[in-house]
This record gives sequence, C-alpha cells and structure tokens, in this order.
Amino acid sequence: MSSTNRTVVVTGIGATTPLGGDSASTWEGLIAGRSGVVALEGERYAELPVKIAALAAVDPAEVLPRPLARRLDRSAQFALIAAKEAWADAGYTGKAGEDDESIAPDRLGSVIASGIGGVTTLLDQYDVLKEKGVRRVSPHTVPMLMPNGPSANVGLEVNAQAGVHTPVSACASGAEAIGYAVEMIRAGRADVVVAGGTEAAIHPLPIAAFANMMAMSKNNDEPEKASRPYDTARDGFVLGEGAGVIVLESAEHAAARGARVYCEVLGQGLSADSHHIAQPEPTGRGIAAAMQNLLDATDLKPAELVHLNAHATSTPQGDIAEIKALRKTLGDDLDHVAISSTKSMTGHLLGGAGGIETVATVLALHHRTAPPTINIDELDEDIDADIVRDEARQLPGGTIAAVNNSFGFGGHNVVLAFRSV
Amino acid sequence: MAATQEEIVAGLAEIVNEIAGIPVEDVQLDKSFTDDLDVDSLSMVEVVVAAEERFDVKIPDEDVKNLKTVGDATDYIQKHQG
Repeated sequence: MSSTNRTVVVTGIGATTPLGGDSASTWEGLIAGRSGVVALEGERYAELPVKIAALAAVDPAEVLPRPLARRLDRSAQFALIAAKEAWADAGYTGKAGEDDESIAPDRLGSVIASGIGGVTTLLDQYDVLKEKGVRRVSPHTVPMLMPNGPSANVGLEVNAQAGVHTPVSACASGAEAIGYAVEMIRAGRADVVVAGGTEAAIHPLPIAAFANMMAMSKNNDEPEKASRPYDTARDGFVLGEGAGVIVLESAEHAAARGARVYCEVLGQGLSADSHHIAQPEPTGRGIAAAMQNLLDATDLKPAELVHLNAHATSTPQGDIAEIKALRKTLGDDLDHVAISSTKSMTGHLLGGAGGIETVATVLALHHRTAPPTINIDELDEDIDADIVRDEARQLPGGTIAAVNNSFGFGGHNVVLAFRSV
Repeated sequence: MAATQEEIVAGLAEIVNEIAGIPVEDVQLDKSFTDDLDVDSLSMVEVVVAAEERFDVKIPDEDVKNLKTVGDATDYIQKHQG
C-alpha cells in the first residue's frame, strides 16, 4: 500500500462557526463581509476587561442528540458537527465498513486538533467539585477534557481505525492536523482522513488570561469593529469558537469512487521560531522559513499563487511580521497574491483557526472568490501587500493556488498550500 | 415517605431518559442497563448519583456492579432508602 508521492485531494468540507452552523452559511457570511463578534452578556463577564467574543452562530448542544451532547465537551460537539457535514459532503454515509463499504476502517484516519482542549469542562467540573462535592463530579470529565477527545469522537463516528491523532501547537493546531493528515495519506497509512481543528474556550478564565497577556482587543463598545487586522487601530485579537473539518483523500481513491474533488492539497511547510514562548519573532524569520520549506517541499509555483488566507489575528506586531516574511520569501510574487484575513469576521478560533481557514481557502479556490478583510479604515503603512479590503474579490481562471497560514504560541509555523482542479 | 416500586421505576425511567435518551416507557423492571438501555459504565455512575439524590439513598461503588437490571436497582433502593 505504501507509495510516497500520492496526490492528496479535498473531497468534503464542514464547518460550524460564528458566521453559521454549516460551511455554506459560513461562506455566505465571509463573502458578505459580516462580523460574527458580539458582546458577552451576563454577570460572569462583568468584571473582565474584554467583554466581546465571536460566539458560534448555532449552539452545538441544540444540534446533537441530547444524550450525546451532554457527554461531549463543546469543542468535541463542534468537531463532530463539522465532521459529519464534511463526511456527508464527501459522499460517505455512516460508519466505514459497516454502513459504507467504499472505505475500509483500517484505511481511514481522524486528525482533529484543538489548542486548549476541554477547558470549559475542566473549569465547570471544578466548580461542581467545590460547590456540590466529589460525588457529583461527572464520570465523563476526563474523556471530555482530554485534547484528543474531539479527534477520538470523530474517529468513533466514522469508524476510523488507521489512526486517530491530535497535534497540539496552540493556534497552529488545526493547520498542523491537516498537514499531519496529508502525511498519513502520502505515507500510505490511510486512503482517507477526516482532519481539521476545533475550539471552545469562551469562558471568563481563558479570556482573563489572554487579556492579561495584552493579546486581546478591548473594543467592547463596538464588537463588530474589534477584529481589524492590518488597520492602524487594531489592538489585539477577538476570541472565537467553532470548528472546520475537511475530508482528505488520495486522488486514486477519490477517482475510483467518482468523488467530487474541491482541490488538490500540495502539502505543507513547517518551522519553529525559537524566539519567545508567546511573542512573534519581529522579522518574520520563522514564517519566511516555513514558506520557503513549502516551496521546496511541494511543486507550488509562486507564479500560480493568487490567494492567501493569512494568520493575521489583528495584533499590532503579528500582522506586520507575517507580511514581512511573505515578502522575504515570495519577493515580487507577493504582488499578485490577494490576501484575506477572515479572522476579521470570525475572530480567532485558536486551534480551530487552521480548520475553518482551510475550509475558507478551499472554498475560495472552488468559487474563485477571495473573502474580504473587514474593518480596515486606515491600512497600516507597514503592510506592503495586496490586502482584499471591504468586499470579496474574484480570483483568476486557469490553474490557481492558495495558501493558508497558521502560527501558534510557542513559535509554531504551519503553511498549507492548495491548487485548483 | 418511602417511594413505592412504581415511583422508583418511574424515577429511574426519567433519569435513564435524561442520560441515555431512552424513551421512558422502555425502562422496565426486566431491562438491563448496559444491554437494553444504552447505559455504559460511565453513564451508570451518573444514573447511580442521580438515583441517590432523588431517592435519598447511598449506593456504594462496590454495590453498583450488582445492579444489572432496573429491577435490581429498584429492589436496592426500596431496601436502602432513608
């Protein structure tokens, strides 16, 4: 079964995000330039310096059957909903080998990542312990809080037996999961892998912690304007929640079953900053290296690169370092790359970001449309690149490629490339 | 006042419905929690804790393994309720 250079394609997509409960409504919101950021109501947020977040448009506990929802952390609920959509979108029905004979369980994997895992379960159960006592702590607590819970639950849903994995690299986790899934298929370990990222960390403790790092926007008065990558008035990221999941498949397997193909995955470029545990490296050295590694490891040609879904979280330093890095590696080829920060609309989903932004990148190629970056009133003069502002933009015909960037606390850099079919 | 057998079965049915999503009318004395009612070992702990609270009874961990059916649990609760 092993073959090292197998072409990998995307055959299914699913998402549940601050813009919509599925990938279609999410895409509509992105193209319309709609903000998913809202004010956080309630006493538990009253004391916080940050009272805004991009809450999921659809409560996942209302979508899943109640007995299932109550034993899944919210991050696993999001992942399961997005995975089920992607799985059905790819044309699969039910469990591999049982309901669907077109994929064998031992050729199917699941790689779903989260940056923080079941943090709300952990915090809620600590409240139960303090307020109601030991006996009332849920026996589901450990499977709910473990960061591999979403991947394991998605694996159970589709009957994945080739491997179930969970790379953890903070805000690069979702992208790293997709890169890992591509490698699983390339290495011959699997023919199909369900991959993506999820996060559900909107709770006073993570918000207090991020706010104390001076990482978050405090624009509480205008929630929908708070996430403003590349704008001179940006003051930090806005926390979002949700999941984005895709079905990756070897091109042979997809062709053999006549599957619809969204795009090809060219591969990934990886690097680490080794600069600071949480600060971006200001020259973009690590990001430039990841981009160069992508060019070296794949047959992506800079001339065909027309769109890039940037990491751009709306922090003063990070947004500039990323653009500097892109310029360093791509040179003049950066001039024909339409750059979007969809975080301007979805907020920052941490480990879920690489998932939903991969979905956005795949759909941008599929529809040949780059989503806008909203809230740029005055473009930062250090942003020397073609930012898609205000409105969605048509992408060229012919063979085109797009890149999705994700970087994480700890200095993790993950760059994924896709090509139209 | 101690609950009757009928009240205990009705209470367990509500608990099992909440935890496992099984219709209340399917929760009968002869039904096995694991084989018939989709209650796995983790969920059984939840059922026990909810039953303890509802019927004012203590069910030590070492006794839980003997409660295979709804009937077993009902008998146990009737004997031990405070």
